[in-house]
Amino acid sequence: MNIQGPEIYYTLPGGIHITETVVNMWILMAVITAVCAYLGHGLKDKPESRRQIVAEFIVSKLYNMVGEVMGKKNLIFAPYIGTLITLSAFGSLSALVGLRPITADLSVTLGWAIVTFVMVQFFKIKGRGFGKYLKGFIEPTPVIAPLNIISEIANPVSMAFRHFGNIASGVVITALIYMALASLSSALIKVIPIPVFQLGIPAFLSIYFDLFTGVLQAYIFCMLTMVFVADATD
Amino acid sequence: MDITLITRAIVLGASALGAGIAMIAGIGPGIGQGIAVSRALEAIGRQPECKGDVTTTMLLGCAVAESTGIYSLVIALILIYANPLVNLIAG
Repeated sequence: MNIQGPEIYYTLPGGIHITETVVNMWILMAVITAVCAYLGHGLKDKPESRRQIVAEFIVSKLYNMVGEVMGKKNLIFAPYIGTLITLSAFGSLSALVGLRPITADLSVTLGWAIVTFVMVQFFKIKGRGFGKYLKGFIEPTPVIAPLNIISEIANPVSMAFRHFGNIASGVVITALIYMALASLSSALIKVIPIPVFQLGIPAFLSIYFDLFTGVLQAYIFCMLTMVFVADATD
Repeated sequence: MDITLITRAIVLGASALGAGIAMIAGIGPGIGQGIAVSRALEAIGRQPECKGDVTTTMLLGCAVAESTGIYSLVIALILIYANPLVNLIAG
């Protein structure tokens, strides 16, 4: 994997780059859509197939989680949170099959964070009215209005950087260690004819950086989204 | 010797040093997460039946506390890979 950033495969007229991230994201979207279509077709009132039980288990877990964190009145957000957590988790886990994780690109995480930011501002204005929304910035005193605005903008930025930084640091560290192991085994290539150090050792790194961090960051990103949006709809 | 070449070399070296120095910020989240984990272990020791809840909340808190370390990491990555300071002396 390239540690300097996603490769640019092709540039469309107008300067739009088709990068590794875009291609991997389309692959992921196709796979996730296919899995969802497989799990979701031909549902019956009484579950007969194992497929439907799995689908119901996933959906009820998701609705339970959203209901617990955001409250029962906000269950309308469950599909959005489900989409986000699925795409985010599978985007990081796709490193296991050799694709570059889509979340190791700031454009992706910043895009998701901006969606959350717009949702938060929209529901604040909708719930409180525009006047009260503006008044919220000059509380408790008008002097700290700039601080309030900065802290509002800092939320999506810190969410995006947190997710991106965790996954990207995993990519960079794994690549660096892999290079070090490669040079170590090439020094011994006359004694042992196979690259012995690259066997196995990167797999243990992958358990932490891909499995643990990937799933944890997906969970945290969704948790923060839920908390912020639930806070805005109050 | 070309003067811009020397300037570029100095700026590149300083960028690499800056990236290393930026990562000193990793101390803060390390200490903070250590404190969080030790408190969580105390809580689990006192009430072992709350293990699941405590662990989930601790992981969430740890990941949020990590932010400052991640910011320094992003700055280090920018300094190493994007080299914004070298572009300033291009002229």
